[in-house]
Amino acid sequence: MKPAFSVIFLTTLIGAAQGLFLALFTHQSYALFGLLPMQSDDFYGYGTAIAMVLLGGGLFAAVFHLGKPIYMVTRAWRGMTQWRTSWLSRELIALPAFMGIVFLYGVSHLAGFRPVLLTLPSGQPIDLSFVLGVVGTLLAFTLFVCTAMIYACLRFLREWYSPLTVINYILMGGSSGFILAAFYAASAAPDQADFFAGWAIIITVLAFAGRAASLVRNARLKPKSTMQTAIGVKHPTIVQRSMGAMGGTFNTREFFHGKSLVFMRVIKPTFLVMAFVLPLALLALGLFSPALLGVAFVIQYIGLMVERWFFFAQANHPQNLYYQTIG
Amino acid sequence: MTQLALVIDLNVCVGCHACVTSCKEWNTSGSAGPLCDENPYGQDPTGTFFNRVQTFEIGTYPNSETLHFPKSCLHCEDPPCVPVCPTGASYKRKQDGIVLVDYDKCIGCKYCTWACPYGAREIDEKAKVMKKCTLCVDRIYDMSMPEADRKPSCVKACPTSARLFGDIHDPESAVSLAIREEGGYALMPEWGTQPANHYLPRRKMKMKIHMDELERADNPLKVDGHLPKPAKGASSMDDASAW
Repeated sequence: MKPAFSVIFLTTLIGAAQGLFLALFTHQSYALFGLLPMQSDDFYGYGTAIAMVLLGGGLFAAVFHLGKPIYMVTRAWRGMTQWRTSWLSRELIALPAFMGIVFLYGVSHLAGFRPVLLTLPSGQPIDLSFVLGVVGTLLAFTLFVCTAMIYACLRFLREWYSPLTVINYILMGGSSGFILAAFYAASAAPDQADFFAGWAIIITVLAFAGRAASLVRNARLKPKSTMQTAIGVKHPTIVQRSMGAMGGTFNTREFFHGKSLVFMRVIKPTFLVMAFVLPLALLALGLFSPALLGVAFVIQYIGLMVERWFFFAQANHPQNLYYQTIG
Repeated sequence: MTQLALVIDLNVCVGCHACVTSCKEWNTSGSAGPLCDENPYGQDPTGTFFNRVQTFEIGTYPNSETLHFPKSCLHCEDPPCVPVCPTGASYKRKQDGIVLVDYDKCIGCKYCTWACPYGAREIDEKAKVMKKCTLCVDRIYDMSMPEADRKPSCVKACPTSARLFGDIHDPESAVSLAIREEGGYALMPEWGTQPANHYLPRRKMKMKIHMDELERADNPLKVDGHLPKPAKGASSMDDASAW
């Protein structure tokens, strides 16, 4: 497949935002039960504002994935109608829903509007921001699943057709968000940075394992469709002599990444190092030198964009069998 | 239930591309607007087509043969492109099984093309919506046309009648008969999409002639030449040709 930059930006930006929101609310949950010191409303509120900026950036990138940007205004609402069958439609519902809840969560902190709605038997007050946080957490995971299932549900694209796709979207988004939260905490609440960095290390290790597992799985895939099934001729030697068009077609532009085998071989270790190895090393060092957490986030973000590029490029569409030779 | 479809006889197709040009001509002139072309007279002409004729070489020269292979939307009975569409622009008609795109609802996200293993859909780079074969839905029901013309444009254009059109759910239709009796098959059956369009395989037009068809085995009047006489006592095919 040809990776589209709109989708690369969309998935990495909202992944980081979802992870950041989950990190902030995880902290608030720990604090509710007295496991960590409760931070000020500003800490959660401004952190949520960063998540909103990332989500807005993702939404802006998504506009460029439409045929024409104006379709965002005129037609995109129709994209919410087919949620019974389409994961893309479900994502188009889950994304604004998540953004709305994150916005309200941030507002409830920044405005200090946190009326206590109920009290747990053990005495902890459940306020509005906590309820919004629970709903937001559910929506964050829903959005992760919807985004990943857009790819994981396509049975022809066997590199994607795996539960690992969903697991990795959750883990990589989580890793990105928790590293950003660690960096944010290093400046806004320095004594809490270790909490986020610790979780970031755990999630990044899991993400590394998940992504490596999917690389191993994909390396072993054997194509189900062959030249023989594509044209229905049982002969071991079939060579395309003409695809029926001289100047390329949509099919040659959309489904081939157009890079060399060497490039693909180089890009794989590149993203493994940038998205997992270097951030892990910087996180470990960041426990002592907080500025490195910012470097870790930026390097990992670039690494995750490279990872997403590779994710799309690696998928080999069966239609490519019909488009091998111009002539 | 009706399922309209094309049956394409690969034994007859000569790869002339008449179906391609005829399809383009009809579908670029209709009320749905043109099928865009870019650089039509330039170095790298490209454009949106519903139908392509591809050519494959099977075997290794000199023991090879050429296969011309027309490919358009197969109007799958279980079309994977339809459920993934977020807007409902892609749909399969209940009354005749044609898979269509509503150009006014499509947002051009191309997700349906990812979900089609055959590469049957092509985006219109000017209109920025997805386009695909309609089985000439604007021809086949047009009562102002003579009945003989109410067929897809490609079917009308084919000089060798390699393209048949009809209802594959009607067991008595010409297309059903062809699929049943000429070994019609579907493309990429491994995905369970149940394509409605079928292909008829290349058949070898060979006549087998045995020696006894050239020379009668019994040869009673010896008009076809003399048979070797078996030795005395040896068994012979018949009494007359022996001693």
